[in-house]
Amino acid sequence: MEFFLQLLVNGVCVGLLYGISAMGFVMIFKASSVLNFAHGELLALGAFFFLSLVTWGKLPMAVSFLLTLAGCFVLGFLIEKFFLRPLIGEKLIFVIMLTVGLAAMFKGLILLIWGGNLHTYPDFLPPSLEIQLGAIYIAPVYSATLVISVIFLVLFGLFFKKSSQGIYMRSVADNQKAALSLGVHVRRVFALSWAIAAMVACMSGIVLGIINGVNVHDLSAIGLKVFPVVILGGLDSIGGAIIGGIIIGLLETFTGGYLSPSLRDVVPYIVLVFILMVKPYGLFGLVEIERV
Amino acid sequence: MGDILLQLNNISVVYSNVIQVLKGVSLTVERGNIVSLLGSNGAGKTTTLKAISGLLKPENGEVTDGDIICNGVNIQNQSPEFITRQGIIQVLEGRQPFKYLTIEENLRVGTATRPGKPYKQDMELVYHYFPALVQRRKALAGYCSGGELQMLVIGRALMAHPQLLMLDEPSLGLAPLVVQEIFRIIKKINEEHATTIVLVEQNANMALQVAHYGYVMENGKIVMEGTSKELSDNPDVKEFYLGMAASGIAKSYKDVKSYRRRKRWL
Repeated sequence: MEFFLQLLVNGVCVGLLYGISAMGFVMIFKASSVLNFAHGELLALGAFFFLSLVTWGKLPMAVSFLLTLAGCFVLGFLIEKFFLRPLIGEKLIFVIMLTVGLAAMFKGLILLIWGGNLHTYPDFLPPSLEIQLGAIYIAPVYSATLVISVIFLVLFGLFFKKSSQGIYMRSVADNQKAALSLGVHVRRVFALSWAIAAMVACMSGIVLGIINGVNVHDLSAIGLKVFPVVILGGLDSIGGAIIGGIIIGLLETFTGGYLSPSLRDVVPYIVLVFILMVKPYGLFGLVEIERV
Repeated sequence: MGDILLQLNNISVVYSNVIQVLKGVSLTVERGNIVSLLGSNGAGKTTTLKAISGLLKPENGEVTDGDIICNGVNIQNQSPEFITRQGIIQVLEGRQPFKYLTIEENLRVGTATRPGKPYKQDMELVYHYFPALVQRRKALAGYCSGGELQMLVIGRALMAHPQLLMLDEPSLGLAPLVVQEIFRIIKKINEEHATTIVLVEQNANMALQVAHYGYVMENGKIVMEGTSKELSDNPDVKEFYLGMAASGIAKSYKDVKSYRRRKRWL
């Protein structure tokens, strides 16, 4: 029983992380229908930025964390401005191929600068984050993950529900022409969705780096996990991304715990296939509202 | 001639570099007036509105000739972001709500031209004009009726404080009573806020009742213009757009079919 609960807690924590990372992916897709194949590389880039700031820059953790987030936010903006914007109006497949190119470019850059070895962050999480609930032990990194994820979720919820900018972003995803007719700055919305997506991707990159160590191949592979997550949750549902993330996280940890660690990367995909056979639009994919 | 708000000088619009839709359209909109734009399908009414609001570009259209001047500013081929910030808001044909946003969020998108500014008062104003929206404010727009949606999209445009409001077929697919209600409110908005309105309509009868001035379009050209009174007294307009015989009595469909009078302006 303890083992089960332990896996449950770890699974939810990792899953939340996947979910938040997938949320960035969904945002780009919702706003501009672009599938971002460079998501995993963005994630890795965030982890390496943080690594440099911490080990070479010798900056305090909190400062490095915030700087990395800000840096990735700006990076997202720049990617949109220099790579995506010239392609507005072109066929979608060109844009998607461009993100594949971006992925290769970023991976190359990371290998060039940091090399392909496994790096680790210095141990910095305060031991007070350790939680011991009866027999369940939650390592500091998992409780930190939980806290950060919940903070991000609440912030994004408020942003999209309450703030004007958030509502403009949703309006573009909903009906781009109508948004244009009301003067919504659609290009700015695209840029903002890339910026936010890059930011959340790098955030999950940092946390995954703390859990698994920082290695470009591992991290970009984990980034690809957004695909099962978003397909499971429904490509255009932000809430679905979170829940899809948790499901994939749980499947992974349970498979790793009960079956075999080597199966943990495979089983989520198998379950995905079965779920899609029942719900082809994913669990929370938008069902077109039709008035009858 | 009073104070001129918007002027189109001999504009031509071409889609995809080959299809010419407008062939030299000129029209003038005076401040504070309601101007209606009549014509059959494909006459170029919607294209004229899109040329003004800058929404041609996403459809690969372009103003190739002539100029559009609003308040002394040249606005042809400008981006919609720029034009909406000049106070020109187009309400698209066929009601285009944000289906997955609530009524209230839909209205908030109307503030996009002035983000961060207070909007509560404007929202109250919209609810004042369209009381039917108040009880639906938390409902998703996708689940509202056609009449509610038409009110919503007009209200949403009002949130932007338009100087020039362009309505593209507000009566499309609505019950006659709802159409009357909407036109009554359009008139009221024009009177109370001095909002200049350009109205594109198939329902010529309703449009000429509220408008001060009207233009008739055909085949991408303006073929006739005049005050609403002049237009509704014109025998051709009567016959082709109001469904009346020259004498003013309703004409049977049989007669119209058997003898089609040549349109005099062609």
